[in-house]
Amino acid sequence: MSTGTDQATAARDTAVIRVRGLVKSYPALRGRRGSGKGTAAVRASDGIDLDVRRGEIFGLLGPNGAGKSTLVRQLTGLLRPDAGAIAMLGHDLVRHPERAARLLGYLGQESTALDELTVGLAAETTGRLRGLDTRTARAERDAVLEELGLTEIAGRPIKRLSGGQRRLACFAATLVGERPVLVLDEPTTGMDPVARRAVWAAVDRRRAEHGATVLLVTHNVIEAETVLDRVAVMDGGRVIACDTPAGLKALVADEVRLDLVWRDEPPLHVPEIAALRATAIIAGRRWTLRLPQERARAVVAEVTGGPAFAALDDFTLATPSLEDVYLALGGRQKGLVKA
Amino acid sequence: MSVASAGAEMNAVAQATPGRAAEPYAVGTAEAAAALAPSARLLPALGAVYRAQLSRAKVARIPLLFVATFQSVGIMVLMRGVVDGGSQGPAARSVVAGSTVLVVAFVALNLLAQYFGQLRASGGLDHYATLPVPPAAVVLGAAGAYASFTVPGTLATAVMGCALFQLPFANLWVLAAVIPLAGAALSGLGAALGLLAPRQELATLFGQLGMSAALLLGVLPAANLPGPIGYVRDLLPSTYGVEALARAFDAHPDWLALCGDLSVCAAVGAVSLAVATWAYRRAACR
Repeated sequence: MSTGTDQATAARDTAVIRVRGLVKSYPALRGRRGSGKGTAAVRASDGIDLDVRRGEIFGLLGPNGAGKSTLVRQLTGLLRPDAGAIAMLGHDLVRHPERAARLLGYLGQESTALDELTVGLAAETTGRLRGLDTRTARAERDAVLEELGLTEIAGRPIKRLSGGQRRLACFAATLVGERPVLVLDEPTTGMDPVARRAVWAAVDRRRAEHGATVLLVTHNVIEAETVLDRVAVMDGGRVIACDTPAGLKALVADEVRLDLVWRDEPPLHVPEIAALRATAIIAGRRWTLRLPQERARAVVAEVTGGPAFAALDDFTLATPSLEDVYLALGGRQKGLVKA
Repeated sequence: MSVASAGAEMNAVAQATPGRAAEPYAVGTAEAAAALAPSARLLPALGAVYRAQLSRAKVARIPLLFVATFQSVGIMVLMRGVVDGGSQGPAARSVVAGSTVLVVAFVALNLLAQYFGQLRASGGLDHYATLPVPPAAVVLGAAGAYASFTVPGTLATAVMGCALFQLPFANLWVLAAVIPLAGAALSGLGAALGLLAPRQELATLFGQLGMSAALLLGVLPAANLPGPIGYVRDLLPSTYGVEALARAFDAHPDWLALCGDLSVCAAVGAVSLAVATWAYRRAACR
């Protein structure tokens, strides 16, 4: 009996964000006169259940339109769900959406509110609006800009920076005024590797020192595999799988991905190649095949040993990625990024 | 067995239907709720927004402030050849007062409506909505900053107008009350229009229309307007700023009437800023 109670208590204590049965629909839009049909009603969150644990970097992975941003907007109090429950650190955010601002730091995709400010003033003002007094806000601003390597451009308007630097400046503003939960919507879009490393180092430091929990929205598969502790794969407003990246990849462990890039036209006169065509995903000169390991080895032998080799420009054999998981789980859309 | 029952309980939670889903939480929330970070208080937050908005002038607004001033000065030069009675007459007072308040209408009403319209359309309001800041601080900070943008242009226009039409400079200190109060009324209106307009283009359109109305009905002497248009003029909050300033050019100003005009500005300002705050709240959380 005690075991059961302990387990239940532990689960409740470690779950920083709990989502149950979350539903959000956007109503159908009527088309304009003369312009044909409008859009159909969309169930952007279609019964989502989710637990994010303390100190975890938890990812929402899915292509555009999968419902990631809609879910995040509900978690940040920007959007009211039609049904379901959201609890963050024990607070009911469906009943009290305004409490979200006092629990989390949010980095949205848009920076228009900060665009015309300098990097330093954007960070300081955001800190002031998180309730810090002027002195603390300035001290935290200086520390965060230093940490992210932005001190030199602190006096420049965000508008005049490159896309990646702009994103990093907005990320800096998100960090001023410590919060136990960080919600980051595609934080590294447009960033160079140095800036990306700065972001992940800053996230790791907050996790190690303050036990911060991070909810990350991404459609970048490589990033998801390297930085996330657990990931929820989303498609069509639903969570179609939720596990560690390794755990998810184990679902398709018996498959490998074979990419063939032809110099020019594929050698369809070779019967083995012609037979492969039906199962390949073709993008220009690149054929992508998902095959059982044995079969993949045989195909590589055929392609590299036979007459087809002359037509071959390049080939790669890779273990499955989260994109393969997404497709294997029945993901219907393209649009995940591998970079 | 106990472990199994715990597992069953977790399962039940995981598969809870939307209608039942709130229950497990309602139990779990009360005991373990984490402390909330403090909210930003109204005045410091207002100060922070005001300062940030003011700094935007350096980056984006200075050319527009020049446009606002040139427009008003240009109108005065044009009208100088047109007004009856030449300098110092009642028409001259209307033209100078109207052109001066037009700077406020251009910046506080038109540009602020565009700013909030754009902020809302682009998702920029999310930034403020996810910070624990009172809505009034955002609206009042932005409105205050836009009203402040008008100060140099308004002063320049009033001084040049007095010189062009040989009006007395003595009572120009009245601008110290006219700018903030007309600024409150017009920026409140601008913010409300920008936040309430269903689309960004409409926010821009309403801002432009408001400014055009302030131009036509403010600059032209009231006595020359046809009857029904005179009523429309009375409905426009900028009119009361114009009237107050025009009275200040009299040799012996009617101070009571002047205060009456400014009170109308103050009242419209209070109401429109309250509406704008409500509109912000509505726009920020859907």
